[in-house]
Amino acid sequence: MTAQIYEERRNQIHRKGKKPFAIECDKESLAGAVSQRACVFCGSRVVLYPIADAVHLVHGPIGCAVYTWDIRGALSSGPELHRLSFSTDLREKDVIFGGEKKLHDALIELIDRYQPKAAFVYSTCIVGIIGDDLEAVCKKVAAETDIPVLPVQSEGFKGNKRAGYEAACKAMFRLVGTGDLANISRHSINILGDFNLAGEIWLIRDYFARMGVEVVANITGDGRVDDIKRAHGAALNVVQCSGATMTLAEMMKEKYSTPVIRVSYFGIEDMAESLYAVADHFQDEEMLAKAKKIVREELETLLPELKKYRAALTGKKAAIYVGGAFKAFSLVKAFRHLGMDVVMVGSQTGTKEDYRELQEITDDGTIVVDDSNPLELSSFLREKEVDIFVGGVKERPIAYKLGIAFCDHNHERKEMLAGFAGMMNFAREVYGSVMSPVWKLVPRKQSQTTQLGVSEAARIAES
Amino acid sequence: MNTDTNINNENDTHTPPPSPKSPRPVGGRGRLSRYVSTTNACKLCKPLGACLAFRGIEGTVPYLHGSQGCATYMRRYIISHFNEPIDIASSSLGEKNAIYGGGANLKQGLKNVTDKYRPKMVGIATTCLTETIGDDLNMIVHEYLKEAGETAEAPILVKVSTPSYSGTHMEGFHAAVLSAVETLCRKTLANDRVNILPGFLSPADLRYLKEVMAEFDLEATILPDISETLDGPALDEYQLIPEGGTPIEEIRTMGGAEATIEFGSTISPKESGGEYLEKTYGVENHRLTMPVGVGATDRFFALLETLSGQEIPERYVKARGRLIDSLVDGHKYIFGKRAVLYGEEDLVVGLAGFLAEIGVQPVLCASGGKSGRLREKVLEATNGLCEVDPEAYEDIDFHEIEARAAELEPDLIIGHSKGYALARKLSIPLIRVGFPIHDRVGGQRILHIGHEGAQQLFDLIANAMIQVKQDRSPVGYSYM
Ligand code: SF4
Ligand code: SF4
Repeated sequence: MTAQIYEERRNQIHRKGKKPFAIECDKESLAGAVSQRACVFCGSRVVLYPIADAVHLVHGPIGCAVYTWDIRGALSSGPELHRLSFSTDLREKDVIFGGEKKLHDALIELIDRYQPKAAFVYSTCIVGIIGDDLEAVCKKVAAETDIPVLPVQSEGFKGNKRAGYEAACKAMFRLVGTGDLANISRHSINILGDFNLAGEIWLIRDYFARMGVEVVANITGDGRVDDIKRAHGAALNVVQCSGATMTLAEMMKEKYSTPVIRVSYFGIEDMAESLYAVADHFQDEEMLAKAKKIVREELETLLPELKKYRAALTGKKAAIYVGGAFKAFSLVKAFRHLGMDVVMVGSQTGTKEDYRELQEITDDGTIVVDDSNPLELSSFLREKEVDIFVGGVKERPIAYKLGIAFCDHNHERKEMLAGFAGMMNFAREVYGSVMSPVWKLVPRKQSQTTQLGVSEAARIAES
Repeated sequence: MNTDTNINNENDTHTPPPSPKSPRPVGGRGRLSRYVSTTNACKLCKPLGACLAFRGIEGTVPYLHGSQGCATYMRRYIISHFNEPIDIASSSLGEKNAIYGGGANLKQGLKNVTDKYRPKMVGIATTCLTETIGDDLNMIVHEYLKEAGETAEAPILVKVSTPSYSGTHMEGFHAAVLSAVETLCRKTLANDRVNILPGFLSPADLRYLKEVMAEFDLEATILPDISETLDGPALDEYQLIPEGGTPIEEIRTMGGAEATIEFGSTISPKESGGEYLEKTYGVENHRLTMPVGVGATDRFFALLETLSGQEIPERYVKARGRLIDSLVDGHKYIFGKRAVLYGEEDLVVGLAGFLAEIGVQPVLCASGGKSGRLREKVLEATNGLCEVDPEAYEDIDFHEIEARAAELEPDLIIGHSKGYALARKLSIPLIRVGFPIHDRVGGQRILHIGHEGAQQLFDLIANAMIQVKQDRSPVGYSYM
């Protein structure tokens, strides 16, 4: 089993137990190790993607754009420009002579065609090498078209996904502060770090509306350029998730003194805590009472239903491997609600603090892993005899190939997993995969049965 | 033919302007005039094709020399179609490497892959980044081999240069095949095997192909062969490298084969493994259009008859008979229907030929590829069977396809799943073929070739047309 671990990566894996906590992370991926990570560009794209009334132009060769075409479940209640894939589709001559002119013309063309509220221009690896001056081109086009044209410095090789989040935040920060602040309520927030997958932000907004809280900007789920422009008018930034939009919140705090709270909308406690935290921030008794009422009402329907799933799932084992570690916290708690044990948890880009917390909330023996790969993941899944694996598209075939249930919990999913209703969906999805009779047919279970059969037979023979 | 809508000259195939005077089109109304930007591309990037081809060789790990993102994106894209794991290793270049060169990372990556995967071969493809910074793959690999020293476990290293700014995934695919042949083939004694270079077919197609060869008692080397490596069984133990793929030993002897059959008529001779084998080892290369439909399949079987000296096995005679019978039974439902086709050029050519022979008009044949041969080959394949010659455009994206399709008032669309948005907009059925199929299960099980493939396609097309009629009918007849 241990043979599956690269010597260089040994310190990026921690097994909770007698040894004190220690893990290495935030390293460049090991060459040749088939990391599950993506690149800086991917990080930026993920964060900005849901802004639905902007053109997102990928400056580079075609691949980077085509692989991110309509790949996420981020919904929009209006325009859907974000679901198109725009690329400057650089060719050999552009690489040799530079792509600035092509970029300029492409921007003019697209802005002309779609009349967007803004344009984001993503830099990819080779742009970083051929040295196109993105900033200058964007500035020129902005002057010509009179809309914000924002460079996103997301050259793939300049770090990992987290660096991409930062680049995205920096681009958005240029918008913030340019909008009109009229008629913003005292009890107002921005929602940061929810991407409206399967309509989640609508659910969250509904909770806040019921509490009497105004949402100024969705950042970025169902996002709009004009909202982001006036985001500095909100009284509070409510940030979900560890990395993606935290940089923006920090920048806003520094420049506009907007206070920040961190929340998570996944799982019962975290969802409830999020509402309470907002009410607490505004120190408004009535708001808190409303929040409590929401939680009470939602739980009244949720808890009895959950019981059924819990009964079936208790004692089953789960493994988690996600992009950012923050989601992993909520998932660990959510699994606990279902009576399940988390035996492995990891992320592509967690920090030391994240991993420390993770190991604190999990049981002895749990494997905590940073920037893993199929080799390790498959051996952990087998070692721990996992019943369900939670991850994204790249993790799915590892689980399925081994005959292990799977739950999609990344940006491509089509199921709403946030909020109280999301907890219900999560339970249903876990149940729907774990309890499927197909696992009885897979080789893994069949060999277990035969093994059981053998030991059973041995016992009988002994007695 | 209305030349106004269909100017497509040989030298500049991707620019079929509506008329010489027409200004740059504004808004989405431009008629296939060249835009500066690409919107919703109808092609993928070059190294992806190389990875797919390498995956079809026994014991091979595809390896991208570039930054981590490319490999991860491609894996995700491939996984979503095949629902199979695919490990693509990467040099994971960082900022330092982009400046000082990626040699050290490549070496370390190769070492790590060798240690953990124990591959027989590593298929190294470059990416845009490493091409642009000018890494010299040959030199780095040469150094690596010297430093690593000869060991028994050392995998064969096959290299291919695949900058995406020159060519699509299909060029990458063919380049990888060619490079494997160049690297592995040795002068050998003549044998009576037959080489098949199938191009990018589905696992189902390849399984069918193997069966056909066996029925003709021909021993075939099919390169690449993803029939098992990208469509494997449920397992107990995770296989780092799945079983299957073209045996390396077989590739070595391809130079001694009796003949090569190469599917695909748009590949440039320079990039063709079949042409290479003919030039270098004198193995006669038979280039055929992808055997989609009756005529193309007949030509393929006729060649097999010649090569094997055997008549077409009875089961295929029967399959053909059933196919023709069904075409007769269903011809009315599809006659004159107008289809939009898109995808890889060779697949489009094959499909266009099939549609033409069953009475469907392929009104628009589109590809993001840019071989310069699409139009010629489509016309050849449809061979005067269409009332109006099909329009064929290369280097085209979905924005342009959509605009032209809307004008052509098609009844159905045939292509991979990325045309779904178009189908939805036009409220017409999409018949899913090729790669990728990201919105349905079973993309790897679609059979395109042979009588059986034609049969399945025909049933799908006919039933789709019948369903449209049924759904739109106020009566909703429950019989045809
Ligand atoms: S950089 Fe090139 S190889 Fe990498 S994804 Fe983009 S197009 Fe493909
Ligand atoms: S080229 Fe760079 S930016 Fe594009 S996918 Fe690859 S790593 Fe990411």
